[in-house]
Amino acid sequence: MKAPRTLFEKVWDTHVVEPGDPTLLYADLHLVHEVTSPQAFASLEQAGRKVRRPDLTFATVDHGIPTTGRQLGILDPLSKRQVEALRDNCARHGIVMYGIDDPRQGIVHVVGPEQGLTQPGMVIVCGDSHTSTHGAFGALAFGIGTSEVEHVLATQTVWQSPPDSMAVEVSGHLPWGVAAKDLILGIITQIGVAGGTRHVIEYRGETIGELSMEQRMTICNMSIEGGARAGMIAPDQTTISFIEGRPFAPKGADWDAAVAAWESLVTDEGAVFDKVVTIDASSLIPHVTWGVNPAQTVRVDDFVPSPDSFDNPQQRDATIRALEYMGLEPGTAISDIRIDHVFLGSCTNGRIEDLRAAAQVVAGRKVDPRVSAVVVPGSMQVKAQAEAEGLDAVFLGAGFEWRDAGCSSCLAMNPDVIPSGERVASTSNRNYEGRQGRGARTHLVSPAMAAAAAVAGHFVDVREWEGK
Amino acid sequence: MKPVRVVRGAMVPLDRADVDTDQIIPQQFLKRIERHGYGEFLFYNWAHRDDGSPIEDFITNRPERREARILVAGRNFGCGSSREHAPWALQDWGFEAVIAPSTADIFRNNSANIGLLVVELPEDFVRRLMDMAQDPTASITIDLEQQTVVGEGLETRFDFDPSAKERLLDGLDWIGMTLTHEESITRHEMNRPAWLPVSTGSPTA
Repeated sequence: MKAPRTLFEKVWDTHVVEPGDPTLLYADLHLVHEVTSPQAFASLEQAGRKVRRPDLTFATVDHGIPTTGRQLGILDPLSKRQVEALRDNCARHGIVMYGIDDPRQGIVHVVGPEQGLTQPGMVIVCGDSHTSTHGAFGALAFGIGTSEVEHVLATQTVWQSPPDSMAVEVSGHLPWGVAAKDLILGIITQIGVAGGTRHVIEYRGETIGELSMEQRMTICNMSIEGGARAGMIAPDQTTISFIEGRPFAPKGADWDAAVAAWESLVTDEGAVFDKVVTIDASSLIPHVTWGVNPAQTVRVDDFVPSPDSFDNPQQRDATIRALEYMGLEPGTAISDIRIDHVFLGSCTNGRIEDLRAAAQVVAGRKVDPRVSAVVVPGSMQVKAQAEAEGLDAVFLGAGFEWRDAGCSSCLAMNPDVIPSGERVASTSNRNYEGRQGRGARTHLVSPAMAAAAAVAGHFVDVREWEGK
Repeated sequence: MKPVRVVRGAMVPLDRADVDTDQIIPQQFLKRIERHGYGEFLFYNWAHRDDGSPIEDFITNRPERREARILVAGRNFGCGSSREHAPWALQDWGFEAVIAPSTADIFRNNSANIGLLVVELPEDFVRRLMDMAQDPTASITIDLEQQTVVGEGLETRFDFDPSAKERLLDGLDWIGMTLTHEESITRHEMNRPAWLPVSTGSPTA
């Protein structure tokens, strides 16, 4: 009898080209965007090499493109050159690219699942740390650097040290008003920003099974914020229903064969994880980050912590620096923190369900006049879907801007930069110093919490929102 | 890639934990399509004022630190974004090695791939190096072959991934090396399930 294996081991085992440490793994899908690929293509061509599998490579533009005024083209000359380089590289090597004018363009981690390119059991790589998003489908998906991008272009493989495994066992139902974002922020706060280093996480338990694909993607997306190489969730009926009928989903007899294979992608009874973490979702309440990394998080009914509350001198120093950067006083109630901006979007929370959750909160209300609020759908398809549902009218009516798709303010490589010293409630994934603009002060929250903050002008507990 | 065997030189102490790659090189410098020229943007937001003028006091701006070759940092160095521009910037500035109690997975891989030596040492030993590095002339030697760090009055061994070590010591063209496994790659390709997606197939919407 075969020894019991984890979901991760099953996916890993079927992709081993050369075993060992490191193992040579085959990549079923290589996602490419404009920022981390130009040097890889240049170096590949300099060595006289070709792209081995253009048919397993897929590109879109997302990081540096404008989300407004696209008819004017890309005004930033460097971003323009980067997008043109990707276009030319893809054309030369026969790679499919959804360019800025394509109705399917969007953030690479939104487009892959949306088009059905992301499927269970695949190994997916991309020169972007949030590639972990695709793990929501039971794929092994991880970010790589530019040298590795070149390596994958040339060989369709990647060297990886066999990681350790971590189970995050989630029990209890997510309470009303508590989002997948709050769950993953809670997990990161528990394990720390390096808690997952050298590990692949599998999120497990009854709660995970109750989540939609959008919620699962939010969770796997932020695995990297806990330091993990990847996050995975076993495919189930929710996964299969999500994929069925999408443009790149298997069809006919292929579909039946694929589903049969996907159904075996579960951790066997008796399989052992190197580390197990448990969390009770029913005890969670909405989270707000107060500091400069995603583990510096408190509950919305809590207060900005004091440096003195930490025994570890390094943590104390880090807290002092974080509070200084964030312009916050210890002991301030989170609900007393006023905001200047709301950013609703990103590969973490830019999907249709995220927009629906936010729209439900703002419907019939107005954005606080001191707040500038922006919705950036994760893809043009998400945008079209939202418009078909009338969500654009809800947001525009409330005073939000309604933009085209891209990474936007999540990393502020395009013109959507948050000005220095200003404070933003953001549905993105990183509250690092300068992440959303030099001196910008980021608080990470769920889409519903961001929407409520936009209306109130400060953080509010969205659980108390109904009927307000 | 140039072979890396021994790194000898002065240190720059950066006594902070969880230094993410956004701090190492901020997003506005990722727009270039070249592989070099990132050194002047290293730790840009910490090293410069809002108007872009350098903060003379920031450690990598101090003239007595210009010849340093080794960065000594706190735990979880290089977390966050996968941008290889971070190790590029460190290397372009002049660093040949980073020592920290722990480092992030992607950063460690990226560094090994470009010949930036990343050495993980126990927290108390890094603390001693951090103290020693207050003296800008204090020099240490990292010997990759022997896996040792030696300085005045201190010496230790470190663990290092054997395959990364081999690659660094030889300065191998690793794509060329991988392509020696061509047969295995092709064999794997012939056994992949037929239903897996191909991006070039015209999908039915």
